[in-house]
Amino acid sequence: MTKPGTTVAAQYEESPKPWLSEPADSSAPAPRVPRRRGIELALIVVAVLLCVYGYCDVGLAKNGTVPPGAAGYGAGLGVLALLAHLAVRRRAPCADPLLLPIGVLLNGLGLVLIHRLDLETPGHRAAPVQLVWSTVGVALFIVVVVLLRDHRVLQRYAYVCVTAALVLLALPIFFPSVNGARIWIRIAGFSLQPGEFAKVLLAVFFAAYLAANRGALAYTGRQIWRLRRLQLPTGRVLGPIVAIWLLSVGVLVLERDLGTSLLFFGLFVVLLYVATGRTGWIAVGLLLAALGAFAVGTLEPHVHSRVEDWLHPFATIEAGQGPNQLSQSLFAFAAGGLFGTGLGLGHSILIGFAAKSDFVLATAGEELGLAGLSAIVILYALLVERGYRAGLCLRDPFGRLLAVGLASIVALQVFVIAGGVSGLIPLTGMAMPFLAQGGSSVVTNWIIVALLIRISDSARRQPQDDDGVPTP
Amino acid sequence: MTRCIKHAAVFCALLLLALLVNITRVQLVQAQRYDDNPANRRQVIARYGRPRGAILVGGRPVTGSKDTGEQLRYERTYKNGPLYAPVTGFASQVYGTTFLEHAEDGILSGTDPLLTPFPLWNDVTRARNPGGDVVTTLDPAAQEAAYEGLAGRKGAVAAVEPSTGRILALVSSPSYDPAVLSGNRHSVERSWRRLNGDPDKPMLNRAVRQTYPPGSTFKVVTAAAALDAGVVTDLDEPTRSPDPYRLPGTSTALTNEGDGCADASLRAAFAWSCNTVFAKLGVDVGVTDLAATAAGFGFNDPGLRVPFSVARSTFDRHVDKAQLALSAIGQYNTRATPLQMAMVSAAVANGGQVPAPYLVERTTTVNGTTVATSGVRSRFRAMHPSTAVRMRELMRDVVERGTGTNAAIPGATVGGKTGTAQHGVGNSGTPYAWFVSWAQGEQDVEPTVAVAVVVEDASADRTDISGGGVAAPIARAVMEAVLGG
Repeated sequence: MTKPGTTVAAQYEESPKPWLSEPADSSAPAPRVPRRRGIELALIVVAVLLCVYGYCDVGLAKNGTVPPGAAGYGAGLGVLALLAHLAVRRRAPCADPLLLPIGVLLNGLGLVLIHRLDLETPGHRAAPVQLVWSTVGVALFIVVVVLLRDHRVLQRYAYVCVTAALVLLALPIFFPSVNGARIWIRIAGFSLQPGEFAKVLLAVFFAAYLAANRGALAYTGRQIWRLRRLQLPTGRVLGPIVAIWLLSVGVLVLERDLGTSLLFFGLFVVLLYVATGRTGWIAVGLLLAALGAFAVGTLEPHVHSRVEDWLHPFATIEAGQGPNQLSQSLFAFAAGGLFGTGLGLGHSILIGFAAKSDFVLATAGEELGLAGLSAIVILYALLVERGYRAGLCLRDPFGRLLAVGLASIVALQVFVIAGGVSGLIPLTGMAMPFLAQGGSSVVTNWIIVALLIRISDSARRQPQDDDGVPTP
Repeated sequence: MTRCIKHAAVFCALLLLALLVNITRVQLVQAQRYDDNPANRRQVIARYGRPRGAILVGGRPVTGSKDTGEQLRYERTYKNGPLYAPVTGFASQVYGTTFLEHAEDGILSGTDPLLTPFPLWNDVTRARNPGGDVVTTLDPAAQEAAYEGLAGRKGAVAAVEPSTGRILALVSSPSYDPAVLSGNRHSVERSWRRLNGDPDKPMLNRAVRQTYPPGSTFKVVTAAAALDAGVVTDLDEPTRSPDPYRLPGTSTALTNEGDGCADASLRAAFAWSCNTVFAKLGVDVGVTDLAATAAGFGFNDPGLRVPFSVARSTFDRHVDKAQLALSAIGQYNTRATPLQMAMVSAAVANGGQVPAPYLVERTTTVNGTTVATSGVRSRFRAMHPSTAVRMRELMRDVVERGTGTNAAIPGATVGGKTGTAQHGVGNSGTPYAWFVSWAQGEQDVEPTVAVAVVVEDASADRTDISGGGVAAPIARAVMEAVLGG
């Protein structure tokens, strides 16, 4: 049981099994919290209409007619969004009203962009499959919202999660590599990217483990150079987490999926910092990241070439071999300018391979312009911000860490892939959340949104105070 | 923990902010540089994304556009491609453009800012103008007559309207169909290699890009210079020239094809094309005056454009007297394009004024609104008007009773000059047959057509080669086509 008056750290040092504690609000009087489900519904309608408009716009630009599937597409997306909304209304009535509409809008926009690129590749239509996966994603969203009554339940399954994550990460090693990366498994014609699911599982594990051990991590250990901030914890506490992290990164290096590796590392450092408040972690994290990046960048030819491409995007042009994918992507962004060419009028298909998945943002950049692209980035920023806000409002450390972790996954993933295709950082293959073609990715992102909805529902149900810390 | 969450939130915000800044850099600051990168296909795709404007001859398009449905969507087509190839050139998706397709590319492809209804309109709407049309000055009947007259023999024909400089015919033979170079398929590359490897050089535009020794047709220039300089004052006065004529400072004797050239009058010497008389006249006029007259006709002008550039016709100023004597009869370093020789003939027909030749009457938008019009410009005065009158008389005599009787047209006044040009090392090459002429119809107040014909005629018997025999009938056909139309 939670003892009022003790600090959070002390509380968990006393309680070896914090996940057995009761929900904090069960004993407190429940004030009337504005639910804002009406706002959510209105925003969902706007999001669906925007996507249908985009769909029609593509048809008008390419064929001069409103595409016949527009009504079906709108109805399908609308029904999915409505079902999700009803699930939230019923099971998480106090949830943040922005999360679901942002998910719907990004997913719908992604479908429009993939459909638009399908028109350039009549032989390979990806939008129908993506629609199926989106349906699966929304279904899982509903399942999570309905079945997961309290996010703290997940804390119980921390070690199940980490085992599952490692298995999922290891699975593709037994499947043939695709385009230089072993990150796919193929079952019955469908290809899955288990690493996508693993990131949610790892976030749950990191959050649970750090919530349980953060006191030990923060306050034990020896100081370096007599600086309190650069205090390292003892090996006994740190050991398991470093081992897990090394293992996951090792698996990823074996699979040559640098993007996901970077994502896990970033997630790990952010959560460690948030859990312990130690700046030293950041210093150590950055140092390790720099060393790792240097080592991988020099030793691994696959990665080394990516770094070279990033430094000299036009090297292949100067060598007379024509533009590579990155320069085609930059051309696409540049062609968009401020307002874009308009949906269906760009030539981002020149990017070729992965135009619908990793490089889908270039299509958005060319056809929607800087204005549209900024709107998309701001949508992601809002999603991240709502996640952080839910984390700030919560009281239990696991929930806070989980919210921060999930939001950070989105932020880091957007940064890594969007920065990669726009030439800010070396390109690493990764799916743009919700926008990009890729079933595993869209399903995972719906689960992330479902978890954030659940957490935000808990956060807003409990009595508030200034700092989000339990009232004494 | 709250403080750390806020720090982490700021970190995420910074990441996304960095993205926004970088996107702004790519999409706005660097955009132009990326757009202009030659490896960026967008400009090419946009260029072929809409039908190319047409080139019109006699009010009818001789070009078209074909929708291929490929990435480079529209491909150039040609009606009567070989006939008009020296005028249109080709518009290839692989090998670029030549001639009118090149010179008027801005209009044809729609990029010319003059096609825009309002300034900056397209910058706002991101629209692209449809390609405009190019209306040529060509006379389709004259063009066909010239092409049929050459009948595949190596040679060229240029015809202009003397009073304006409008080019009525521009034919080069053998020709090729520019349509085989239009697209981007593999066959285009094969055609390109075949055309470039062809020893007959079908892609060479002999009418404007090839210079030939003009031979005796250059005697028009020499005669005009002699009359202008006062070396000859009376057409019928003997010129006190020997036959054979020993080139000054050498032991080489210059002879004539026929007899009766010794001490002949200018009229007789012109009608029977006496080399000895004109070689001596050239020396008598002197290099300064002869070069000045040649320059007046347009020789040594590197900047002529019609609107595509025309090869420079040359008359060497740095010569000794023997070389001057040969230069005066269109040999040595004297070289001219067929178009240049048509201008020589046109100058005589036009009272001594050389009109600037041009091929584009006007350019229009796709709806027919005129974008630009070519004005008539007089370039040089080649000779006194009185000299021009006497030169017309001399040229008429050639057709009426001289070497050029094959060019006579019943009911029309025709003036001409034949030429047979030696070339090659030691004059071993098959001579070129030349004919330059002008014609005036019965109802016309002034000559309406000036023509130059050159036939390389490698297949003919060497002794048969003469401007009068081979080239004059072609010139007559062209003149008849113009007068008849």
